[in-house]
Amino acid sequence: MEVLDNKITKFREGLAKTNLSFREESLKYAEDTLTELDFPTTRVERWKYTRVAKIANTQFSSRKDVVKQLNLPIQDAYTVVLVNGYFDKELSSKNLPEGVEISATSQSANNLLGKVATIKNEVFTALNTLYATDGVSLRIKAKTIVDKPIQLVHVITGENTIATVRNVLVSERFSEAEVVQVFLSENANASFTNNVSEIIVEEGAKLVLDKLQNESESNFHYSNECVQQASNSNFKINTITLNGGLVRNDLTIDVDGENCETHLNGAYILKGKQHVDNHTVVNHLKPNCHSNEMYKGVMDDQSTGVFNGRILVSKDSQKIEAYQSNGNVLLSDSASINSKPELEIYADNVKCSHGSTTGQLDDEAIYYLRTRGISEKSAKALMVTAFISDVTKRMDNDKVVEYVHNQLHDRFGWDF
Amino acid sequence: MIKITNLHASINGKEILKGLDLEVKAGEVHAIMGPNGAGKSTLASILAGREDYEVTEGSVDFDGVDLLALNTEDRAREGLFLAFQYPVEIPGVSNVNFLRTALNEIREYRGQEQIPAKDFLAMVKEKSKLVELDAGLASRAVNEGFSGGEKKRNEIFQMAMLEPKLAILDETDSGLDIDALRIVSNGVNALKSDNNATIVITHYQRLLDYIVPDFVHVLHDGKIVKTGPKELALELEEKGYDWLK
Repeated sequence: MEVLDNKITKFREGLAKTNLSFREESLKYAEDTLTELDFPTTRVERWKYTRVAKIANTQFSSRKDVVKQLNLPIQDAYTVVLVNGYFDKELSSKNLPEGVEISATSQSANNLLGKVATIKNEVFTALNTLYATDGVSLRIKAKTIVDKPIQLVHVITGENTIATVRNVLVSERFSEAEVVQVFLSENANASFTNNVSEIIVEEGAKLVLDKLQNESESNFHYSNECVQQASNSNFKINTITLNGGLVRNDLTIDVDGENCETHLNGAYILKGKQHVDNHTVVNHLKPNCHSNEMYKGVMDDQSTGVFNGRILVSKDSQKIEAYQSNGNVLLSDSASINSKPELEIYADNVKCSHGSTTGQLDDEAIYYLRTRGISEKSAKALMVTAFISDVTKRMDNDKVVEYVHNQLHDRFGWDF
Repeated sequence: MIKITNLHASINGKEILKGLDLEVKAGEVHAIMGPNGAGKSTLASILAGREDYEVTEGSVDFDGVDLLALNTEDRAREGLFLAFQYPVEIPGVSNVNFLRTALNEIREYRGQEQIPAKDFLAMVKEKSKLVELDAGLASRAVNEGFSGGEKKRNEIFQMAMLEPKLAILDETDSGLDIDALRIVSNGVNALKSDNNATIVITHYQRLLDYIVPDFVHVLHDGKIVKTGPKELALELEEKGYDWLK
């Protein structure tokens, strides 16, 4: 593998080693990865369309900060706030319902750390393991049905700040919860969020995870969600990228039990020079499961998108139904998308399909709408919002959808 | 209502309209007939403001406004409506949402308040009845998965909602069975008043049994070559167009 004259050694200078309770082998594995590898180049298949040189060439530093007022998607929620990767007690909810345990990862002897996030040869995850300052440890106790969403807010501030956050979310047996992960920035410039979440959905549990990315247009963001599903569980993740300069989302779901449902919805709405890359893997390891994936992107100006969706069905995973679709609309001639669906099926009795479409708004349709008295701008907005609504319609929480619509209204002037 | 004078227009350098004159007054129904390629649909497109065509000469006065100086949406806001020969499918955009946007933008142009939600819904209900359009269709995506007949009924439904001064029906009868033809025509006739006017573009006389014109014009090679009463349509049906060339 090619090495960029070892940028990573320099990158690591000045970052303090993590205090989180990782097991020795996790730390050693991460250390080995970083000794062997440098930042990926576009010659690495998984990074073919995403250049990370800007991250590699920046000297980031970790710093604590305080923020005052935050515009949060949900007012009525159990909220936890981290600023630059440090727990903010002031802004976090004091009262939690019975059956919900939330603590700073640094304050909990969490023996699950490093157990689920085991992507091989992944430099950013290895960096996350070695330099995580803190994170959220969330445990929904067995049979608990949480009455309100749990809102995990990650704020990044300042110039060239790095926030390295490690979360562990556990939905115990037959529990039900909705978690909203929000990524925001305050006066941030060229800062870098590196957020890894290890998520366990136990037998019969239901977890909905809304991931809302809304950092500044100059920011870098890497996140990696690694999910393990046990039998009869139901997991849904909605990844909505509203802003951010260079965003890479790795999402890997191991469906390691029968009769599971898995939903992956995503939307990325870009302009300027934004670059957003979604890499998803659904790993069907057991029979009789259902997964459904829909990602949609709208790209304007010179923005670029990447979608790589992989579905793996192992040899003995019969009667799997797995669907995937990726749709893209390019609003300018300079915008682009690289979309690659991958199905790898080793079982013989399965129903799987995938599809990818990319196009521009239909000129005939715009003309038709204009002949009814609708301005060109409104006509485009009607069509784009309808396109994105295919994803937001699949989301359960109206408040979250409203937040998404409001943000898009402010950023693009579209009404939903 | 509308006065077209010496209209010349071309597309990709090819002249399609070659000095067309037409005047339609409020309260009137005019039929424009003619063989394929005569320029019928071109005329409709030019009046609606399609940008593919270049007007090289002539003028169009629409109730005192220079129509050709306006963009497509402003023509609609001034009260012009084109029922498409081939209505466009718009995935995901609901009929209702689209019509609310259209009505409100038209009202804003005219300096009127937005339509209250309650009034709008009542209007949808009333007007969809006019063309026997299933209430379910109103909330579905614009023309998506509609049959040919449903698409044409939807055009007239939109016309009813937008209440234009001048409606141009471009081959609205094409592809319609007799029941759909009757429904569409009934809708058009119900909307007729002393204050509006209709131009019916058609290839066949059949539609004019239902929408009875005050004048019939024959368009040939970019010009109107003959004008007569409604009986002219019958004569054309019988003799074809060759005798006029």
